[in-house]
Amino acid sequence: MSENANGYKIELKNVKKRFGQCEVLEDVSLTIESGEFVAIVGHSGCGKSTLLRMIAGLDVPTEGTILVNEKEVTGVNSQVRFLFQEARLLPWKSVIANVIIGTPDKNEATAAQSLERVGLINKKHEWPKVLSGGQKQRVSLARALAGRPNVLLLDEPLGALDAFTRLDMQELIEKLWLEQGFTGILVTHDVSEAVKLANRVILMEDKEITLDMKISLPRPRQKDNDSNYFEHYILDKIMKLDEKAAEVRREDYAI
Amino acid sequence: MKLKRKQGKKQYEIFLQWLLPLLLIIAWYVATSSGHSNTIFPSPIKVLNRAVTMLENGQLLEYTAVSARRAVIGFLIGGGIGFLLGLINGLWRISDVALNTTLQMLRNIPVLALISLFIVWFGIGEKVKIIMVAFGVFFPLYINTYHGIKNIDKGLIEMGKVYGLRGISLFTNIILPGALSSVLVGVRLSLGIMWLVLIAAETIAADAGIGYMAMTARELMQMDKVVLSIIIYALLGKLSDVIASALERRLLKWRAV
Repeated sequence: MSENANGYKIELKNVKKRFGQCEVLEDVSLTIESGEFVAIVGHSGCGKSTLLRMIAGLDVPTEGTILVNEKEVTGVNSQVRFLFQEARLLPWKSVIANVIIGTPDKNEATAAQSLERVGLINKKHEWPKVLSGGQKQRVSLARALAGRPNVLLLDEPLGALDAFTRLDMQELIEKLWLEQGFTGILVTHDVSEAVKLANRVILMEDKEITLDMKISLPRPRQKDNDSNYFEHYILDKIMKLDEKAAEVRREDYAI
Repeated sequence: MKLKRKQGKKQYEIFLQWLLPLLLIIAWYVATSSGHSNTIFPSPIKVLNRAVTMLENGQLLEYTAVSARRAVIGFLIGGGIGFLLGLINGLWRISDVALNTTLQMLRNIPVLALISLFIVWFGIGEKVKIIMVAFGVFFPLYINTYHGIKNIDKGLIEMGKVYGLRGISLFTNIILPGALSSVLVGVRLSLGIMWLVLIAAETIAADAGIGYMAMTARELMQMDKVVLSIIIYALLGKLSDVIASALERRLLKWRAV
């Protein structure tokens, strides 16, 4: 059910990224199939966001190549949309005008359909300022999906929301993914969010991929014993890696 | 959630707002109506009479029109250049590096210190007043436009790029509206400086206008005329403030919600 013709295939080949002296990613190779929903989890500062930004064409890899739909990424691409941690709505434009920015032909009807899908059509003439955090992020999602993109990159878009709003948003994202079939890549700290949304969870620790795991649960997903099993497994793995890192550090001190 | 305050002032607030000016005028009247003639402190009645006669012979309107014309032309020239340079230096690093230091240096020269120099260069005709006003309003608009652009949320510009906005569309959708509130602060400051500089310039070198009226009246000890010109300046200042806040209310609607 994850295979979908709408989504683009994404390939990373030996991608490295350095900012000055600081290495953020060392030699990452990864293939994400068309229409797949992948979650990347890991500690802050391990290059997850940078990875997304490079796929979006906002950053350039120091070495290696990134292919989206068999074509090398050289800049921003209108088929790849990005959901930032903050909603980044233009405060001087009404909700609908903000969504229009995301439509390929600046079309109000298309924008209205997209707002309808996130359930905020009744707010179309409001200023972003009056919306709650969750509503803002939903408008942002409507803007990202208004042009029916083939890839949606999500950089912790739910990180700043409260727990209930988060669950709502997760359900909404899952539903829209099932409808539109884009390839999704979600960066998150939240393992249960990763298990809820993704077909495949990738763990990134210390600049590289340390776990790559399929999540074979049926959709729409519910929180139950099966999802708990996956969550625990991934958390365990993260904890073990932490211990190992701590050991390494202890050894360092011993010297 | 809308607060009451946002729906305009209440009646008693409007009354309260005008209470102090009203009391001042009454106090003024009482202080000057003690009977013995007072040449250096004219009564409000005398000022009012002067206003009526000057309105009747057309002088008051003529002087006000002359001053307002200088103010507007000077503002448009100086403010226009300030705004454009602020945009250019805010957007392009090369011109920023080349020009900003010099401009920041010039900013520290008090405009009024330049009056004598300008009179020698440009005479006492229309030109010198317009140039002075233009020079005075240039800096607030330049600096506020420049900072308005520099302080635009980088996240919004990045968002714009993801959505394919560049060049003109990036400018009209994100950069200009993002800088606008700061630009309007510059407009408000400029309007204040505009009158200030104009008064000074007209008092020193002019053959018409409110400042000229005040200066000649002082020489003839017509204190009612001097006070009248001060009141007119106050009214013109208030008028430009009203225009500035109307502009803000209109252009920055999204902030007021």
